[in-house]
Parts: sequence; structure tokens; C-alpha cells
Amino acid sequence: MNQSNKILNNNITHLVSQPYKYGFSTTIEKDIIEKGLNEKVIRLLSEKKNEPRFLIDFRLKAYKKWKGLKCPEWAQLKFSEIDYQNIIYYSAPKLKKKLNNLEEVDPELLKTFNKLGISLSEQKQLTNVAVDAVFDSVSIATTFKQELAEYGVIFSSISEAIQEYRGLIEKYLGTVVPSGDNYFSALNSAVFTDGSFCYIPKDVSCPLDLSTYFRINDENSGQFERTLIIAEENSQVTYLEGCTAPQYDSNQLHAAIVELIALNNATIKYSTVQNWYSGDKKGQGGVYNFVTKRGLCVGNSSKISWTQVETGSSITWKYPSCILVGESAQGEFYSVALTNNYQQADTGTKMIHIGKDTRSHIISKGISAGNSKNTYRGFVNVNKKAIGARNYSQCDSLLIGNLSNSNTFPFISVHNCTTKIEHEASTSKIGEEQIFYFLQRGISLEKGIELMISGFCREVFTELPLEFASEADRLLSLKLEGSVG
Amino acid sequence: MNLNLPILEIKELRASTNNNEILRNLNLTINRGEVHAIMGPNGSGKSTFSKIIAGHPAYEVLSGDIIFKGSSILKLDPEERSHLGIFLAFQYPIEIPGVSNEDFLRLAYNSKQKFLQKREVDPIEFFSIINEKLKLVDMSSVFLTRNVNEGFSGGEKKRNEILQMILLEAELSILDETDSGLDIDALKIISKGINNFMNSNKSIILITHYQRLLDYIKPDYVHVMQHGKIIKTGTSELAKELEIKGYEWLN
Repeated sequence: MNQSNKILNNNITHLVSQPYKYGFSTTIEKDIIEKGLNEKVIRLLSEKKNEPRFLIDFRLKAYKKWKGLKCPEWAQLKFSEIDYQNIIYYSAPKLKKKLNNLEEVDPELLKTFNKLGISLSEQKQLTNVAVDAVFDSVSIATTFKQELAEYGVIFSSISEAIQEYRGLIEKYLGTVVPSGDNYFSALNSAVFTDGSFCYIPKDVSCPLDLSTYFRINDENSGQFERTLIIAEENSQVTYLEGCTAPQYDSNQLHAAIVELIALNNATIKYSTVQNWYSGDKKGQGGVYNFVTKRGLCVGNSSKISWTQVETGSSITWKYPSCILVGESAQGEFYSVALTNNYQQADTGTKMIHIGKDTRSHIISKGISAGNSKNTYRGFVNVNKKAIGARNYSQCDSLLIGNLSNSNTFPFISVHNCTTKIEHEASTSKIGEEQIFYFLQRGISLEKGIELMISGFCREVFTELPLEFASEADRLLSLKLEGSVG
Repeated sequence: MNLNLPILEIKELRASTNNNEILRNLNLTINRGEVHAIMGPNGSGKSTFSKIIAGHPAYEVLSGDIIFKGSSILKLDPEERSHLGIFLAFQYPIEIPGVSNEDFLRLAYNSKQKFLQKREVDPIEFFSIINEKLKLVDMSSVFLTRNVNEGFSGGEKKRNEILQMILLEAELSILDETDSGLDIDALKIISKGINNFMNSNKSIILITHYQRLLDYIKPDYVHVMQHGKIIKTGTSELAKELEIKGYEWLN
């Protein structure tokens, strides 16, 4: 390493020591099921939630499938084996009585969410976003439910939906991501505890953005949430997801499923800013994030758009996908994945073209700093019958420093000759001379990097809802401060 | 501030990179209002010299001192040196993808404003400030929307450097081969910009290989650098002599 690199690296160490802002934990009385995974635990969990018969069967079937599956090894990820018997599958804050309104929520919990910038109390709620707050295994509160109900929009925790909208759950749960789809989806299907449910009726454009905030609190519990969004004909919805976790030396497992269903002419826009704890500078601790997200564009001219900003987790394994069944259906994937220190991310998308004139658009931006590993993995599949299908993919990687690693695995499979596919890729590096150019013009290192990163990510950030865009910008520069070397 | 003090004094400066000594006992004094040209064969240490004054982290000062406006700047970071008024026009201005020239220039301008404890300007105010300066180097405002130096021709890159020098009101400007790669028209535009900018309060160091530039910008002194030190100093006549005889005769 030459001298100037050394100097810049010293700067890094100094600046990267930015503490993780959300690393605190909350002490609260909990109702838990003892560690371990077996049929009994699943039955107990289902019992606690007072679930209908079909759901117990769904869970047990998934558990059987899971036992027959193996943890996938094809990803560019290295991690020690997960001991599934050493995880708590149900951990919920003890509720003193049934809640009638938000004011009755345990003040400790309200305080926790306040600290995270999510206010659940009536006076301070965000005015244009309805929030479902999930704490470990359960949903704590959902805001603006009444207001949304006037439009026929259902926005509730999935546990509540299972009780109140059984028909919809039974009809749609597991239709986009079958329980046996993969190892982690089988696990989630067996033990999922809570999550959000959204239903947008025909011809309704949801008047508020819907949002779920996921918080892992307990050191030994896994979070297995499940989100189901159904957009009926001619409806529209924008959904945001945020996540944080306390700072522990051990790893927490997060294995979620998100299923989206868009009927004729419906549009679902799903955005995530993922900021789980990513481990310390040496790679100790952090969340293992194994998530299956998939959208089904079953209706003609339906549209599903995924936007993700992945900055946290020690391991990210995630491929938000679209199955384009309806004629002229559209799938979009906009992603910024940033890894620093010893983080590993293997993320990308699948676009499955089945219907005629289906279109998909992929923009992926990977930024790797420190000793991290950042992989884009994409699969574009155009079916025989997808006449006139089109896909555009762009994968850009930005390397910071000499020790980071970036991979791109785009896989394209086309089965008819009327398809138009475009793929572009680039790799660049923030170099010492660029930094010096900024410094010489009197611009600080932090400002310079911020400007370069936000330039690199612009195409994705413009897709984020306003509330998230500035947050994402800030988050990235915070995560990257000083990581140039 | 004492304006009679030399703006820059370099005293017995020795500097190295990767254990390779590049500047060997270099002495130079520059007063306000002066233009100095530094010439010399390839590899004599001219570009290194400019980067060391600007504080490039790849170079280590072994001994000696650099005094700017009366105080040593050896311990200052590159950005602090910039705020004090040192400007380096790069020989090869680097491209910065994804960052618009306008944002870059505004950030540089506001960083300086902040240092001077002056109010930072918003994009609209800045637009009128920069538009005035653009005229001085004959550039159109379309130029602002393009990414910094990305896809710029050689001439455009050099003009962009001069634009920044003017914008930041640099007190000591080091122009590292600003003339190389320019056609006659571009050279004239740039020289005009530099001459208009220059006054009795400022100083300029021109690093060049060619007499041609010195026809447009008349230096007060011409120095010849070789093996990391200045071996001869003269007036503009020296440059003409070098053009004919080369550097060999000096040895």
C-alpha cells in the first residue's frame, strides 16, 4: 500500500466509526416460546395466535417441506451454519389487555418507535403515511386504519387479517411464493408470526402511502414476517418498508416473505430502505437477511415496481421478482445495495415474462467499500408465448478502496424471437485522484463522496417516495463516510 | 495581512514519494503581482512540485518549509490550503461521473464562502454568479449541466480549470501545463481569461514546456527546474533562449 492510500485509510478508520444510530435495545416484559423448532412449537405458536385450521395445516406442511430442503449454497455468501434449534420463534411484548386505541400501547414501545423516528401517537403521526409497526414477532399498532377503511382499503397486521378477512388470506396466502419455493420461504411459511396485510379495492387509488416498520429487538429471536398486498382492478398503492435492529455481537435471523398481487390495470409500488444492524468493523454480529419477495402481475396492464436501498445486514440474500402474466404487464426493479466492512450482499431480481408485450426494467447499483462483497444476480426469462416482450437491464458497480469485491451475474434466457433485450453494465472506482480533485477545490472528503454516491444512485433515488429519498441519501453518506482508501 | 510579504516562500524543500526523492533543496520566492514560469525537461519534478504545494497525500516533505502568506502550510490538509487561496489547475483534470459541473462548482464556491464566514448561496443565486464567469472563458451555460470533465475535449477541460480558478478568486494559482493540448484559438481564450484575472494582489506559477504560452502571458521570471531544484532563473528572454537551445547547454 503506498503512502497516500495509508493516509486515506486512516481517514476511513476515523470516519467509519460512526455509530449505528439504531443499535439500542428495549427492555420489556415478553411472552416467548422457548427456543427450538419442532411441530409442537409450531402448533403452540398457531394456538397463541388463535389461528384457523387451514393455517395450522399450511404451517405444518411447510415445516415438512423445510425439513426436506437444504440451505442454498449457490450465492456468493460465506456464513457459519445457522442453528435453527437455538432461535426463539415467538417473542412478543406482553400485553396487559386488548388494545382499543393507540394510546393504550405500552409507553416503552411508543418510546422505542419515537426514537426510531416513527411516531405512533395520534398527534405526531406522519400526515401522509399510514404505519404498521412490527416489534419482534407482533404488530404493535397500525395508524390511520379508520381513515383508510372509508375508502375500503384494508391495512392491518397479518395476524388481524387472518382473524377478520379469512377469505382473502385463504385465497391468496402462498399463491405467489409457494411454501416450498425455497429453503427460507418454507421456514417462513412454517413459523411466520406477523407482518402487514394490505387490500386495495377496485378502482381505488390508495389515498395514503402505506408503510410497515420492522424492528428486531430480542437478541435470540428470529424475525419471520409476512406481507401480503392485493391490488384489485384499476387500483394503486405505494408501500414503504423500513427496518432496524439493535447492535448485538451475535447474528439475528430475518427470513421474510412478501407477496404482491396486481390485477387488471393495478399498480403496486413497493419501496424498502433496509438498515438492519450490519455487524461491527470486524464483521462481528449483524442480521442475516434472507428474504423472498415476489410480485405477480396477473392482470393485463398491471404493474409492480420494486425499489430497494439495501444498506444494512451482515448478509443479504434477496431477489425481489416479478412474474408478468397479464398482457402488457410491467415489472420494475430499482436497487441500490451498499456494503461496507465485512458485509456481504447477494441481491438482484427475476423477471419472468409470460404474457404478450410484457415489459421489464432493471436498474441495479452496487457500491462496495471496505472488505465487503457485493453481488448482483439477475434472471430474465422470456417465455415462448411472451410475444413482443422487452427487457432493459443496467447493472453498475462502484468500488471504493482496494479490498472490496463486486460481482455481476446476469442470466438471460429467451424463448421467442420477437423479444427485445438490452443489457448494460459498468464498473467504476472512486479513486484517490478524484478525491484529491475535490479536496483541492476546498470540498471536504465527506461532501465529495456524498456527491459522487448520490450521482451514482440518482436513477434509483428518483424512484423512491419523497419521504425516503432524502433519508436514503443521508443514510448512504453516513454509511460510507471515510471509506475511501 | 502584510501585502508586502512574499505570497509564497519555499525554503530548501526536499520531498519524496515511495522513498524516491523528487525535490532536492528547492528554493523559490514569489511576490504578489508576479507571474513565474517554471520550465524544465520531463521528469525534472515540475508536476510533483505543484502537487506538493497543494498538499497531495502521495508526497512526503522530508525537510524545508513552504510558507504561504507568512505561515507554514506543511501541516495543512489540501482543502485548508485551497481555502487559504492556493489553486492548482491540473495537467490532466479528472472526470467525475454522475456529478454535474454546476453542483461541483457550487459546492466548491460554497465551501470557500463558508471558510470566509460568508453566506452560502443557493442554486439560483449561484447560477447568475457562474454565468458572469462563464463569459470570461467563453463557455456556454450548457456546460454546467454536463458531468465534471466527463466527455470534455482537452480544451474544454482546461477551460473548466481556469473557470474554477476565477470562481474561487485564487490568490496563488499554479497552472500545470494548461497550454498543452490546446489549439491556437483555445490558447488565446484561456490566456485572455488569465490576464484579465491577474492583478497586483495575485500570483501565478505557469508550468510549461513551450515558449508559445509565454507570448500571451508575460512572465516576470522564468525558472529552469532540473533534478528537483531550480538551476537557473532569468526573465522571459531565458524562455526564448531555451526554445532555441534546449536544456542541454545549461549543464
